[in-house]
Amino acid sequence: MSDTPSDLRYTKTHEWARLDDNIVVVGISDYAQDALGDVVFVELPVVGDDVREGEEVAVVESVKAASDIYAPVSGSITQVNELLDEQPELLNSDPYGEGWIFTMSANDPEDCNELLDSNCYEEFCSSEENEH
Amino acid sequence: MKTQLYNTHVELDAKMVDFAGWQMPLHYGSQIEEHHSVRQASGMFDVSHMLPVDFKGGDSKRLLQLLFAGDVAKLNQDGRAMYTVMLNESGGIIDDLIVYRLANESYRVIFNAGTAQSDLDWVVSKTCSNLSVDISPRHDLNILAIQGPEALSKSSKILGAATLDNLKPFRCIESNGLFIGRTGYTGEDGIEVLCKSEVVEPLWREMRDMGVRPCGLGARDTLRLEAGLNLNGQDMCPDISPLESALGWVVDWDPEERQFIGRQALTQERTTGFNRRLTGIVLNGGIMRAGQEVLTDAGSGVITSGSYSPTLGYSIALARVPTAATGACKVIIRSREKEGRLVRPPFVRKGVKVHK
Repeated sequence: MSDTPSDLRYTKTHEWARLDDNIVVVGISDYAQDALGDVVFVELPVVGDDVREGEEVAVVESVKAASDIYAPVSGSITQVNELLDEQPELLNSDPYGEGWIFTMSANDPEDCNELLDSNCYEEFCSSEENEH
Repeated sequence: MKTQLYNTHVELDAKMVDFAGWQMPLHYGSQIEEHHSVRQASGMFDVSHMLPVDFKGGDSKRLLQLLFAGDVAKLNQDGRAMYTVMLNESGGIIDDLIVYRLANESYRVIFNAGTAQSDLDWVVSKTCSNLSVDISPRHDLNILAIQGPEALSKSSKILGAATLDNLKPFRCIESNGLFIGRTGYTGEDGIEVLCKSEVVEPLWREMRDMGVRPCGLGARDTLRLEAGLNLNGQDMCPDISPLESALGWVVDWDPEERQFIGRQALTQERTTGFNRRLTGIVLNGGIMRAGQEVLTDAGSGVITSGSYSPTLGYSIALARVPTAATGACKVIIRSREKEGRLVRPPFVRKGVKVHK
């Protein structure tokens, strides 16, 4: 069973988001990293870019395939985790910690409340699992 | 379909995937760690989805000389094996295979899982009724590939040193009901063992106890790609000849009177020259994947297999490019041009990086 911390919010595309003051930290869930397998390359977003909710902003490549990472809310990219250039495997070993991907300042921090809470996300994952 | 080891894989918590209709292990936790085990120590793969087919009877040699681009007459002793391809009339590759000579007029061929049935249909359709040959698909046999620098020493402890000590590369032997070939698909030393269903699970367990790591199809793919070995259906297909697939070496042109299927088309192609060739690409800063476009100094080409190389730490690929292409190239990854370099496969030989 994958780990789904209850203090985070989630998307149906398997990003997690954590609101720290007005900054949103974004990564991929434990469920997602497990499904992807060994991550070998991360194409990070560009700091300063304005992005809309649902827009592709980064790419995570596992040995198997490439997966797009979407902005969970609208806003601008403020920071990227450059550690991932050298250690993409942090996405597997510590998806909610050192494996964060980028931060953004949300146009409206309230948007985070629209995202799934951990219970809903877990339910969503198990329904997805059953389809496969 | 499931192999005899299906439950064993599930008990080991393997991630199971569909491969050509078979439920097969993709990995048992980490594809990359499994890859390293085979490069540095030993690993084993359940490849029982592949199909051994036996050819016996007085015209076996004659039939295989017609069916394969490589000449089985070169297997001039029992226990010899060779890698070759089966072509259609237009010289395209139907399948690649290893053929083992078991005895005079007795051969064993191993076909890929994805094309096993169509291969068999093709073989039967090309076998004249007046030929004395018995063709038996061996669905009863399981296949374990045990690969890596420590594969032979570890296997010796289970299969007997006397059995393996004199087994040279591309040779095979039958011993205690097992068929053992010193062949593989990883670029490492190793063996492939064919055995009956009641034997495969105990053999797998003994190998595991000896420290041979279970590995999935994921690691098998990155290992073969590093070794520059083609995958049928990806780097080879029925529309493309061995000459354009870096497999000219598996075709035996002599003796000239041997009329194997596809010979005429290949001869034509050899005379007029061919436009494309299969080669390697190395690239930093992205992962190449099959289907991506390649821009070279001689025109554009396409990636046929691409992945991340766990041994090298960057992306490697096989690509079909214009014959004259050399040097620097660009690969289009998600609409962006990334700088790569054409190199001659393999990328890794016996665990060591080949290109600077």
